Amino acid sequence: MSTAYQIVVCGSLVPDPLQTLEPVTGPGGPALKNEMMLPAVLDPWAAHALYEAANLARLTPGSKVWLVSLGPKAKLQQVMMTVAQKVPFELVALDGPASGFTEAAEVAAVLAEAIQAIPGLDRSKLLVFGGWESASRGAGATLSMVGERLGILDQFQGVDQLKVGADGTLEILERIEGGRHQLSRCAGPPALLGWATGHLPEPKNNPQVGMTNMRTVMPALQRAKAVKLAGEGLTFASVALPKQLRETKIVKDASPDDIAKEVVAWIKQ
Amino acid sequence: METILFLAHTEADGSLGKPALEALAAAQSLGGTLVAGLIGEKVQPAADQIATSGATKFLGVSGTDFASSRYATDAAAAEALCRAAQATVVVAAGTSRFMRCLPGVAQRLGGRVDTHVTGLTTNGGNVTINRWFYRQRMEAAIQRAPRPWFIVVDPGSQPAWQGAAGQASVEAVAIALADSARRTTVTGIRAPQADAQTIRPDAALLFVTGAGWTKKQADGQTHVPEAEKLIRDFLHLSRASLGSSKSLVDLGGEGQAVLSFLSHLNQVGQTGSTPRHPKGLSTCCHGEEPHTVGWRFIGERRAISLDPNCGWARGKADVLYVADAFAVMRKVNELLVQGV
Repeated sequence: MSTAYQIVVCGSLVPDPLQTLEPVTGPGGPALKNEMMLPAVLDPWAAHALYEAANLARLTPGSKVWLVSLGPKAKLQQVMMTVAQKVPFELVALDGPASGFTEAAEVAAVLAEAIQAIPGLDRSKLLVFGGWESASRGAGATLSMVGERLGILDQFQGVDQLKVGADGTLEILERIEGGRHQLSRCAGPPALLGWATGHLPEPKNNPQVGMTNMRTVMPALQRAKAVKLAGEGLTFASVALPKQLRETKIVKDASPDDIAKEVVAWIKQ
Repeated sequence: METILFLAHTEADGSLGKPALEALAAAQSLGGTLVAGLIGEKVQPAADQIATSGATKFLGVSGTDFASSRYATDAAAAEALCRAAQATVVVAAGTSRFMRCLPGVAQRLGGRVDTHVTGLTTNGGNVTINRWFYRQRMEAAIQRAPRPWFIVVDPGSQPAWQGAAGQASVEAVAIALADSARRTTVTGIRAPQADAQTIRPDAALLFVTGAGWTKKQADGQTHVPEAEKLIRDFLHLSRASLGSSKSLVDLGGEGQAVLSFLSHLNQVGQTGSTPRHPKGLSTCCHGEEPHTVGWRFIGERRAISLDPNCGWARGKADVLYVADAFAVMRKVNELLVQGV
């Protein structure tokens, strides 16, 4: 049995992991210093979700991928210049904060609303993908709340593999404790999958895909709905960088034998 | 006064695991009225295990439907327990089972959730929690007005509750499950063979390997098979848990020589895990702050690197040995074999 899927990937942008981050307190609460100036990338685990979605769509004729992304419009445009060259998708853009300090429940509400507004969405074909945690808030909460709002009761987090059975069932591997995986079988869509790393490498840039995607990306950015997140009832008493800097003892010119003895003694303490 | 629901699921043997006992201690520390809510195939042994915890009531959802970790049934059970307890604050362990379902339950109940919580304090009845943002790069203290407030505690971050077992009277909370809750079936667990298991959450030592293990050495050649043997032998002898930098794990996707036993599950740092172990030893790791968050929660840290200015170690490790990790680890293994 071959089912054409409607795969909606939720993914926002985060500061490039190589950037130094510093918190500041503004009128709206905590934020990152020079946040709008920081180079951004698509959230790493959401990016894996997007690649997995595109792969599933490629293997299942008739399927389509949407990327629903909430972030400042200018930053979204910047990130899409790269992401759009990776895999085919249609962008649904929401113009609002991508900060890790926003409230997950409020973000989930606007994402769910945007998904429900996608024309022709068919629950019997719907798979909602995303990263199992973001590199900003890192809570692993938003996607699950989106699923609840969409009435999806088959949810999986920390997914590393999805296989579609001949009968249309979904076989899913989720990360659990101790480097193990839980294997589940789901009857089929609708389902929600929060992806971990998966098994696919990052696709190479494909200018042809980029040109096709950009035909819909730019209009999507132009009509991006402005979103405000109030953070109601949420108070940040403090946000600070860890202050602890260790006094590192540098051991130079010691022989491997001496170092090994010291290391073993330390391990056995 | 808050009504604190300590929410826990049982392990395969019916008992409560260490993460659950840590969450119980955290729940107790908040004061208020403590209620225990238990989920599992059988919950009586777990209730007896914490009978002396001071919980005023023990609520349970049990049955074969609740034996395994599945969103629909776990969410239904947690929702029912929260409603039955009329909880204003829910404290649970951040196990994979609860991390999957509790945010959804918070949504269902119109509440809020904080996960990966590493600290809880209460002052005059006001609860404050601590958690990290941007992958353990900054720490925030948070207070919330909406209720119920789900506080999901990071395993390993709190002392575990210790107390005598006893006999608890469990009040069963009945749930009528719809067929839609059984669309997913858990069919098994996949784990590496015992010898191949390199992730050991309870290990005293985290051994972090960096990309330097696969790079050309002083003789101009790579020595990947030898690196593999040295690392495997060390893990076998020390029973350490293995972590890896992202760059080393990613080499596989780039078609370069890799350590065969490494996977993304071993990856620590910005896009990996941040495990908790009393000690950490890093070898051949290089990088700055974003890469080193992988050992943010490691107690004592030592590093072996050829670069005395290595950003991975300077200011972040207690001791940096400027040396060839191949030579040192070869000798370390010899000493461990000798039982020195």
